[in-house]
Amino acid sequence: MAKKKNKKKASKSVAVKDQQLGKKKETAREKMIGQSIGYRYDVNLLPDYSKMTPFLKKYVEAMGWDDLNWLEDVHMGYEEGRPAVFCRNANGWVTIPSSIKLPNNQQDRDMIARELLVKFQMSPKHPLVDLKKAYLKF
Amino acid sequence: MANIKTVTKKTKAQAMGMHKEVLTGRTQQKFFNPDEAENFYYFGTYDVDFNKRTDLDVENMTAAEANKEIDNLMSQGYGTIVIKNPQGKHSIGVGILNKLNLIFEGSLGYFGIGSCDGPIVRINGRVGWSCAENLMAGKVVIEKNAGSCFGAAIRGGDLICKGSVGARTGIDMKGGTIIIGGDAGAFTGFMMQRGRIIILGDVGINLGDSMYDGTIFVGGEIGSYGSDAVDAELTKSDQDWLKRKLKVAEIGENFDVSKMKKIVAGKKLWNYDNLEPTEKKGAI
Repeated sequence: MAKKKNKKKASKSVAVKDQQLGKKKETAREKMIGQSIGYRYDVNLLPDYSKMTPFLKKYVEAMGWDDLNWLEDVHMGYEEGRPAVFCRNANGWVTIPSSIKLPNNQQDRDMIARELLVKFQMSPKHPLVDLKKAYLKF
Repeated sequence: MANIKTVTKKTKAQAMGMHKEVLTGRTQQKFFNPDEAENFYYFGTYDVDFNKRTDLDVENMTAAEANKEIDNLMSQGYGTIVIKNPQGKHSIGVGILNKLNLIFEGSLGYFGIGSCDGPIVRINGRVGWSCAENLMAGKVVIEKNAGSCFGAAIRGGDLICKGSVGARTGIDMKGGTIIIGGDAGAFTGFMMQRGRIIILGDVGINLGDSMYDGTIFVGGEIGSYGSDAVDAELTKSDQDWLKRKLKVAEIGENFDVSKMKKIVAGKKLWNYDNLEPTEKKGAI
């Protein structure tokens, strides 16, 4: 009897797993390894410079650069179902407030993400400011 | 690596077509403040003026003394600093997290311009191993050749060598752009995870070996492809971006970018979870 019960449980879990894999995985590779390894955006998407915001133009000029520089690698992703940007200095996702209306294409969203990230990183309220006060050595 | 949860309800991000799955990571529940003041510099950095220029002769200084003096000059508002007689010193011009125009009149040794975030650096000579390691932002231009591990683990910014570079250029890079006017050595783009490498000349064996993601553009001959590096189609968007970038790099403005080869990750090595089933649980 015990053996029969075990067999039933095992076959059910395999069936559920197969169903999830078939539904959720997009590539054969992901199906094989049983996990999605995607980023939260297309990391290789090149920026459309015609969509640069006035703030970003001023930022690039102030820094003396010729283009978006490090911001070329910044894109809008998502975290817990909400649009968000990854802040590499704080090593975490920073969420876009729902009050900000976002456009319906990734290039425009990316420019907004870049602008918000610059404002966040340069703010005296950034988490690193407190860390710097606490741990600065020289 | 991301875990998958069953999706029951459409979230805002899903409704916008940004993704289908739910990935969870290191959220800090931090929200942007849309009313944040317009500020272009990190809190606590120096307010420098590019038009305020000075020279610094480092011939009789150690690297640590020279780096401290650069910091001191920035605190006085100097935005353009010309370093005289660097004489191949190691670890010089490192840790600059400021807007700055820094010019070296000579060559640097190992680990020059490491861990910088923001400056524009020009080196009128050669550089040794691991130049601009961990660059976060800014622009670094080397007029002559560079050694091995050029731009190791850079996260952002533009790193330009007008001459040729050694082996393992862009090893472990996680963003930014590396541009080489000449040739590049073996294992270029080894284990790169993001970012872009442009090589106008030839490149050695094992190009893009074990690359996880990112893009490599090659104008010349390729010695051999590394494991999991595959050809991809060069799009119009790529060509426009290449033209723009080469103009920024002050090299190859007349280079025919339409004939460049584009190499990306084949993503066959995306199986770390099979190799390390316990470690993946702790990863993003």
